[in-house]
Formats: sequence, structure tokens, C-alpha cells
Amino acid sequence: MDSRTQEFLAFVQAGGQVEAGDWLPDEYRAKLVKFIEMHANSELMGVLPEREWILKAPTLQRKLALTAKVQDEVGHAQLIYRVAEDLGKPRADMLADLVSGKAKFHNVFHYPTYTWGDVGVIAWLVDAAAIISQKALLKCSYAPYARIMKKICWEESFHILHGRDVILAMMTGTDAQRELVQEALNRWWAPLMQFHGNPIARDEDPMYIWRIKSQGNEEARQQFLDGYVPQIWELGLTVPDPQLAKNDDGVWVYGEPDWDELMSVVTGHGPRSQDRLAFRKHFIEQEKWVRDLVLAA
Amino acid sequence: MIFEVFRQEKKGQAFQHAGSVVAPDAAFADAWAREQYGRRGESTALWLVPRNSIHQVTEWADEFDLKYRRVDGYSIKTRLAEARQRASANRPATSGVGSTEPHENQ
Repeated sequence: MDSRTQEFLAFVQAGGQVEAGDWLPDEYRAKLVKFIEMHANSELMGVLPEREWILKAPTLQRKLALTAKVQDEVGHAQLIYRVAEDLGKPRADMLADLVSGKAKFHNVFHYPTYTWGDVGVIAWLVDAAAIISQKALLKCSYAPYARIMKKICWEESFHILHGRDVILAMMTGTDAQRELVQEALNRWWAPLMQFHGNPIARDEDPMYIWRIKSQGNEEARQQFLDGYVPQIWELGLTVPDPQLAKNDDGVWVYGEPDWDELMSVVTGHGPRSQDRLAFRKHFIEQEKWVRDLVLAA
Repeated sequence: MIFEVFRQEKKGQAFQHAGSVVAPDAAFADAWAREQYGRRGESTALWLVPRNSIHQVTEWADEFDLKYRRVDGYSIKTRLAEARQRASANRPATSGVGSTEPHENQ
């Protein structure tokens, strides 16, 4: 590593933040693009499971709230793609890499939704897991990314409430509704435990070394368990992991997540990976005329 | 074209950089920035600035050591101690009532 890169690394490790016009080491730029692109892809793909429920939402209010959430998430994708574009990768290339399967998106968006219970669990717990990662990006060493995270985290805060409200409505409803929530939780628990990634030590994680992230994977998972398991339990729901417990030292223990499943899912072999990519590809092609028209303006 | 977006959260506050939008012209930039940064009433005003209109200054040459323009350009501690010491050594043994006590806090 040359001395200029060394100096840059020391700067970001001391909490320093850099701007778009600053000199960036090639490796840092490459890691940053990969990370930000994956985040943008996840926002764009993450609306597809929820979008399916706009037509099937149980009340007009829920339908409007879900539509607003979908608009917010697509807006996040646009903000994040914008930041990645400034780092040198054109948006068209990012979308092409997404639909060809070359670029990844988060594991939780590769799974199907079966009932309104899934919609509640996604908006509450998947968003909760995501906001833990996103809050850690407010301190990202790349300042333009950290700045847009303020708006994103603000909007996520009411998405979580929307999810919690959906869950509470069902948990205070009939036995059949409570059953739907429990079944959805059973389906989502394994992907949720895989969500923050394998417990690699943060000092060995390049995304932490460059201070793109400000916390390690296991720290994020522990924060999720600490914040949300008590909230799940207090509603009378059961977490489908017999080993889950909080030790006297405050650390949560849990059954080993299936890391092979995570790897397989994020490389495009999840139960809905291909359908959703095909759906996205179809719309990118269908709406080409809009982009052409706007760019010709 | 890239437009940098600055938003003002309340009247009287400074505009802060929020992000950017890509648009073919100011009318499109206006529509998109409103949607991204104002649809929940979270901004009282936006400034949209074409990125290539921003003249950025980041180099700050200081060949002439211009520290004397700032508070940190003056280090008076050592000199002040020396001056006080000198004054008290030269003071006559008896003098007017109480008037020659040095001020500890200066």
C-alpha cells in the first residue's frame, strides 16, 4: 500500500469523511461502488414483494400506506444509485448488472409472500434489521452517502411503525389472524438471522476497514436481537429457534444460521430470485421510451 | 445534467446539502427534487444548483504564514509570564496600598 493510500486509510479510520471530488484509492472506490450498488439494488428489488400486496391490502388506509412505502423505497433506490453514479458507474450499467444476475441484492428480497402476515413481518422486522445496518451508515467515510442516509433513516422510521401497527392489529384480532403472524414469523426467522451476514470479525471485514460500515456483522445482529426479540415475545409469539437465549453477559446465543442457504439465495438461487429479476427486466425494457423521451428533452 | 439539492428545513435556517438529482433541465429537476425532498412537507425551500455552476475552492496556500489574522496565531503565555516576573522583580519593596498586586488571571 503506497503512502498516500496509507494516509487515506488512517484518515477514514480516525472518523474522517471524504467528498465526491476528493482523491480516493482505487480499492476504496471499488468497495464503495459494490456496497452502494448492492444497497440500491436491494431498495429497488425490495418493493416487489410488497407491491404484490397493494391490490390485496385489507383496508383503504393500508393500501395507501403500502403504496407510500413502495414509493419511498423506490425513491431510496434513486438516491442511492445517484451516489454510486458519481463514483463512476453509470446507472444503466448497474441496472444491466442487476437483471443479468451479476450484481447482488439482499437475501430477504428473494423470498415469496403468502399472506398479509408476511407483509406485516417484512415491514416490521425486515425493515428493523435493515434500519440497524442503515443507521450505521450515517457515519460512513463517504460523506455524500452518509448525507442521503439521513433522509432514508427518517422514512424507515415510519415504515417500522406501519409494520408494527399491521402486526398489532392482527395480534389483537382473531386466533386465525394470530396464526397468520406466527406462520409468517416462522418463515422469515431464518432469512432474518442470515441478513446481517456471517460473523466475520469486523477488523477483517474490508467494508469496516475502510469505514464504509461503522459496525461488524455480529454487532448488528446482536443489536437486532436485543431490540426486537423482547418485542416479539411480549406479543405472545414464539421465535422458531429453541437455542435462542440471552446470556448473563448480555450476549444473545442462537442456532447457527444456514450460511450455505444465504450464499445460494444471494447468488440468484432463492425461491423468487429469477421471477423478480425477470419482472424488473421486463419493466426496464417496457419503460425505455420514457427515459428516451426525458433524455431528449 | 446533475443538480445539487440544498434544502432549508425551517425559515431562517441555513440551507444544507441534501443530495442530487439528474435531470435534462431545471423544470424536470424541480419536479424530481420536490418529490424526493419535499413531499412530506419536510422542507420550506430548496435550492437547485447545476453542479457545473459550482465553483469549488479547496486549496488554501499560506506561503506568508498568515496566522496573525487568527487567535491561534498568538502565543502570549511564555512572554506574559516573563513580563510579570520582570515587573515583580523590579517592584519597590514598599508601595501604595494593594495597588501593585499582580492580577493572577490576566
